[in-house]
Amino acid sequence: MASMTREETQDLIQEVLEVYPDKAKKDRAKHLAVNDQSIEQSKKCITSNRKSLPGVMTVRGCAYAGSKGVVWGPIKDMVHISHGPVGCGQYSRAGRRNYYVGHTGVNTFGTMNFTSDFQEKDIVFGGDKKLAKLIAEINELFPLVKGISVQSECPIGLIGDDIEAVSKKMSKELEKPIVPVRCEGFRGVSQSLGHHIANDAIRDWVIGNRDGDNSFETGKYDVAVIGDYNIGGDAWASRILLEEMGLRVVAQWSGDGTLSEMELTPKVKLNLIHCYRSMNYISRFMEEKYGVPWMEYNFFGPTKIAESLRKIAAFFDETIQANAEKVIEKYTAEYEAIVAKYRPRLEGKKVMLYVGGLRPRHVIGAYEDLGMEVVGTGYEFAHNDDYDRTIKEMGNATLLYDDVTGYEFEEFVKKVKPDLIGSGIKEKYIFQKMGVPFRQMHSWDYSGPYHGYDGFAIFARDMDMTINNPCWKSMQAPWQKPAEGEAEAVAAAG
Amino acid sequence: MPNVMIRRKDDGGLLFYVAKKDMEETIATVETDTDEAWGGEVELTDGSRWFIDPISPPPQFPTTLRFKRAGD
Ligand code: SF4
Repeated sequence: MASMTREETQDLIQEVLEVYPDKAKKDRAKHLAVNDQSIEQSKKCITSNRKSLPGVMTVRGCAYAGSKGVVWGPIKDMVHISHGPVGCGQYSRAGRRNYYVGHTGVNTFGTMNFTSDFQEKDIVFGGDKKLAKLIAEINELFPLVKGISVQSECPIGLIGDDIEAVSKKMSKELEKPIVPVRCEGFRGVSQSLGHHIANDAIRDWVIGNRDGDNSFETGKYDVAVIGDYNIGGDAWASRILLEEMGLRVVAQWSGDGTLSEMELTPKVKLNLIHCYRSMNYISRFMEEKYGVPWMEYNFFGPTKIAESLRKIAAFFDETIQANAEKVIEKYTAEYEAIVAKYRPRLEGKKVMLYVGGLRPRHVIGAYEDLGMEVVGTGYEFAHNDDYDRTIKEMGNATLLYDDVTGYEFEEFVKKVKPDLIGSGIKEKYIFQKMGVPFRQMHSWDYSGPYHGYDGFAIFARDMDMTINNPCWKSMQAPWQKPAEGEAEAVAAAG
Repeated sequence: MPNVMIRRKDDGGLLFYVAKKDMEETIATVETDTDEAWGGEVELTDGSRWFIDPISPPPQFPTTLRFKRAGD
């Protein structure tokens, strides 16, 4: 269908809101907007980071998910204890595909699940003793563990355990960093506060560990990659571009990252942030305390990659700037071939996104490189500053939806009729059954990487494979299809 | 009295960031901005006005300062 006008989009929002009771309607209306590029501040058109309305379907996570699942979990040489009952950790275990290298269970622990497995008696009598014992046990069974983090689940905050005291005591005893994280799931309105709490824990328990220790030889081209979780190998595909440019990547936060990389980060010359939402806090802190500047970049699709590489290079000297041009040139033939192959198959296709973190705005460029258009986008847990950054990326009169409900999303899709939806596992099967091609954009649908030039090739292939899949022509049961002669007659008539 | 982090933007302007509120605004005017002192009434591009006792010597940015809402 043709692009919608501002009025049509506005009408669509009104129509969808119609079914809600008055109070809910008023609340949800603030979270749905028609994009207007002329607006400077998103708070004028959309409200975000508010508690989800009880009774509607939301796909948000909890603070524990934001800390354990996103920020801390991927740090591979530490053990992250899901402190509390077993379920929170077990059901979310290894769901995020943060790739890493190492021997799991020997020197890396990424896909393993450690929990204090709270029972009734621990809730009644407190779990501090159990935690101390657990930490000692971990250290004995896995002597190569570099540190331990204690990720609190809901009950810990409710029963008032003193995990800080236990951590301090055990840290002294084992001579390893033990980090208590107060990320109980009930804090905040979404996983976003978990990111913030996790950042604060890094600030308080990790960042300062190497202050005054100058044994690490720094270089003038040292950078850190922050907020890349190495989903399907994303960070690796990004890192090689930076290294080809002549920069030295000292730390990866936190996909395939280690504790000592984090400790060394304040010594770099520039922090490069991919996921602004989950890691801006610590970057701001490092800027203030250590004078390390930070910069947002975007490695989705050749246009944005080239733009970002030049922006990063501009921070350094002419050698690096010349190198950046060389890197872009080196990959030009490669990505032009990809665009030439897939663009004709994807040109003009419309996409609706609903994801978290950085993706609702960062992947727009990659779709545009393939001739596709993003007609609606929204975040699960964004704040105003994310929407500020989104308005300029999206076309005028496109849809913006914050913390969209299951019902709203379905209705939007029915009316806007996109050719592709990019969202998560919870949405996937509903839309596929509605006959709309779908890609999971959290986990790259078990594919990836999507970052960097290498990632773009995979991204383009995946989108083509999904949209142009022959299965979408078989959505009707054979006996419901018009008989062969009829179909031709209909075609001839139409 | 929120804690406000002030940092320099790429274009040289000053950014006024309140973490608790996710507020990221550009500073439009500063009452006192000399070699000796920085502060007084600060107006942001969204029109809101804030106040801090002038600090001397002027602080190095980025830094975190405590502002009051200017009485209006
Ligand atoms: S909300 Fe609480 S109980 Fe539920 S997963 Fe999060 S930490 Fe666990």
